[in-house]
Amino acid sequence: MNTVSSLLVPVIIGFTAVYALSRKVDVFSALVRGAGEGLTVMMKIFPALIGLLTAVYMFRASGAMDLMAQVLSPLLGALGIPPETVGLMLVRPISGSGALAVGAELMSSYGPDSTVGRTAAVMLGSTETTFYTIAIYLGSAGVTKTRYTIPAALTADLTGFIVAAASVRLFFH
Amino acid sequence: MAMAWIWTFMTVFSIFCAVLTGRIDALGSAVLEGGAAAVTLCLSMAGILCLWTGVISVMREAGMIRALSRLFRPVLSFLFPGVRGNEEILSAISSNVSANLLGLGNAATPMGVKAACLMSRASGKRATDDLCMLVVVNTASIQLIPATVAGVRAGLGAQAPFDILPAVWFTSAMSVLAGVLAAKLLSAVWRRFE
Repeated sequence: MNTVSSLLVPVIIGFTAVYALSRKVDVFSALVRGAGEGLTVMMKIFPALIGLLTAVYMFRASGAMDLMAQVLSPLLGALGIPPETVGLMLVRPISGSGALAVGAELMSSYGPDSTVGRTAAVMLGSTETTFYTIAIYLGSAGVTKTRYTIPAALTADLTGFIVAAASVRLFFH
Repeated sequence: MAMAWIWTFMTVFSIFCAVLTGRIDALGSAVLEGGAAAVTLCLSMAGILCLWTGVISVMREAGMIRALSRLFRPVLSFLFPGVRGNEEILSAISSNVSANLLGLGNAATPMGVKAACLMSRASGKRATDDLCMLVVVNTASIQLIPATVAGVRAGLGAQAPFDILPAVWFTSAMSVLAGVLAAKLLSAVWRRFE
């Protein structure tokens, strides 16, 4: 499994290059241009991350994080979710950079290859900033009555969180 | 505004907890560590993130979105029964889904929004079942390569930053499936009450 996922990314890059070159795309210029766009994205989230990581570090150091985890641990334990990830689940639907800050802090304090760190990574990678997405789509379409969009989207998020924890247990033990 | 409340709550609640549990020194140093951690995080994940936006830009210029979106057409008529035959909306949705899959968030949103606007214009600004489904599919991200997360993992010294891929795919698939089922189910419930 590990070899496959290690090979996958280089193969995608190689395939993309060959496919693009066969269509007469200037592969290297496109790559460099895109990498520059990535830098712009980084510049945009960087100031937010400074503010958010400061709050997350304070929350952890003061014991507030442990308190929150303790309060919700019976419920999360029943769902098989590590209680440490509670903050991440609460922020995930609201703020993309906030979730990145909380998730990165989890991965760094528990280790990226720990169960908590991996669960946080899978949660981040497999869910979206739900409320932001709903606001952009329905807002620009001029729709004010959202009907069942929010409950359906939150069902997807909750399922994602539960399955993230379960799949990390399944794939890494 | 939501983040303003959350951020303020987090700082005030942290001070409160630190005073109660006697961790004031730890709180003081946390303020100094947080900003530094953000700098380290950004620098260490910049490599993978920028490489991937580069690869994505090659994919875009080679027309891979269009190639991929042809594959999605058959599934779409099941998910969006109301727009069957509407070529303009269908092509916007399939480009949206393919761009999301490749991780082209910047390209996916305008196409999704275009589909949403066309749908709402046709329905008189009502959130039809198809429009709700479009939003649900977009809120449950399906991404082939979650480059940002892999970048964070790589920056923190993970053994194989991409080893979470199978777990991410499985989780995304289950989450989308749950979202689609919930949308189909709730649509029946809502119709009864409206």
